[in-house]
Amino acid sequence: MKKASVKMRQNMTGWVFVTPAVVLLIVLSIIPLVKAFLLSLQTGRGSNLTWAGLSNYVRMLQDPTFKQTIITTFEYMVFSVPIMIILGIILAVLLNDQMLKLKGIYRTCIFLPAAVSLVASAVIFRSLFAMDGFVNTVLVGMGILDTPYNFLGHPTSARIIIIIMRIWRWLGYQMIFFLAGLQNIDASMYEAAKIDGANKWQSFWRITLPMLKPMILFTTVMAINSALQVYDESVNLTNGGPGFSSMSLAHYVYNTSFVNVPNFGYSCAMGMLILLMAAIITFVQMKVGDKRE
Amino acid sequence: MNKTAKRLLRRAPKNILLSMISLFCVFPLFWVIVAATNKSVDILRGTLVPGGYLLENWKTLVSTYAIGPALLNSVKYSVVTTFVSLVVSSIAGYGFEIYHDKHKDHVFAGLMLTMMIPFTATMIPLYQMYSKLHLLDTTLGFILPSISSVFLIMLFRQNSRAFPMEIVEAARIDGENELGIFFKMYVPTMKATYAAGMTITFMNAWNNYMWAKLIMSDDTTQTFPMLVANMTSGHYIDYGQLMLAVLISTLPTVIVFFALQRSFVEGMTGAVKG
Repeated sequence: MKKASVKMRQNMTGWVFVTPAVVLLIVLSIIPLVKAFLLSLQTGRGSNLTWAGLSNYVRMLQDPTFKQTIITTFEYMVFSVPIMIILGIILAVLLNDQMLKLKGIYRTCIFLPAAVSLVASAVIFRSLFAMDGFVNTVLVGMGILDTPYNFLGHPTSARIIIIIMRIWRWLGYQMIFFLAGLQNIDASMYEAAKIDGANKWQSFWRITLPMLKPMILFTTVMAINSALQVYDESVNLTNGGPGFSSMSLAHYVYNTSFVNVPNFGYSCAMGMLILLMAAIITFVQMKVGDKRE
Repeated sequence: MNKTAKRLLRRAPKNILLSMISLFCVFPLFWVIVAATNKSVDILRGTLVPGGYLLENWKTLVSTYAIGPALLNSVKYSVVTTFVSLVVSSIAGYGFEIYHDKHKDHVFAGLMLTMMIPFTATMIPLYQMYSKLHLLDTTLGFILPSISSVFLIMLFRQNSRAFPMEIVEAARIDGENELGIFFKMYVPTMKATYAAGMTITFMNAWNNYMWAKLIMSDDTTQTFPMLVANMTSGHYIDYGQLMLAVLISTLPTVIVFFALQRSFVEGMTGAVKG
């Protein structure tokens, strides 16, 4: 009887330990999410709201700026996430080689950008690619261009520069996760494979990749989530321009509520769409990830 | 051809690739240092040599912008966030693993789902709540959404598996209470995990922009990254001064990372052992 009560007391202690974190998440994440959903069904300016059914969602379908920003956001995701992940794995595998000289220096160099804030990164790339920036100075100086090219003033180049900046900023961050994952693969597995006559290429596909799979799944979900919420870069590198051509969805959501005439309902409806996309992509990832087992 | 030369040749492609990517990663930062130490005219001319204009750039920067208060705000917000968030999230991660049962595992699975909720979706109700509760322009307001981090809870829950239950049992027999076990036994043992958590939390807090921009509307409460962002709004940009500000905004996170680098990788490694 006494033993049971000790167990129960310990069990209670466990609940006490997890409660602050759980309550905070409920109050600051789950309740706001429910409120955001309710707001997405209302319309009006500022806090003067009336119920409007699905009209905010219908409005999305007819809003060209919304369509533009969602396409742009997808481009940011599709052209940056796979490169970051694949290159991150390759770099981690190369740097995991004990015999490699200078590996500390390489690792430090590649990780450095991850310590730079997104705002600072955006400002750096904006300055490098400005009309009077370093890139134009060099290109004109070398005679490749006759006059400076307005990289941030053309829709395609503006978006490409945001993508390059994202890869630059996140590559080392992804690599560190994969390096950590590689530490957990037992060296004896590679030795056994070698004895069985497997070459390095086969070891990579048969041992390294399957063992890294949980890490790849985790980093991909995180990277996709962050790509769906690009904001700092869109604001500070191009300010969404030219026009709305490089504006991300999160940037548009922010502006709809806090820059233009406040329309909380419409913003929340777009927020719900970001949530839906994140949920679908994560779900598909998990399913695909499970199947290969 | 001798053996060493052969080996060098075989390693060449690998080293060339790594050098090129390292260069791509480091060059923009090298240029920041070059620009921060040169006159604007020389920067526009495309110089690639660090100059001796750092002090002058510093003087223009301090005389044009109130960088002191912004820096202090950023330090304050980030340090408080890191400390509180590590305490709350690590004790939760410990609780979920050491006292785990079916119910707690369910609750944890539920928390994992909240990781998917994009901040963009919840920021508007949060903002409304903040204005009602007068949390705008306050340190508490800045840290609240970051205190309970599912990522940190997960990190500590995973790493707690390596923490021997025998220590917990022995301490209980010695009459130590549960909170004492956590602070006296667990915290000192898990230094690497704390270092990893600290690095990530500090970086996120220091670099947090959208949330800060939303709730810190006053000049006296703004963060350093916000100040840097505002510097680019004018028509004429003094690159020397701007890049010095960028450099200053980057130093704290770089220092934290390099100070904790070794433990950082170790702490992350424990987390993925599964």
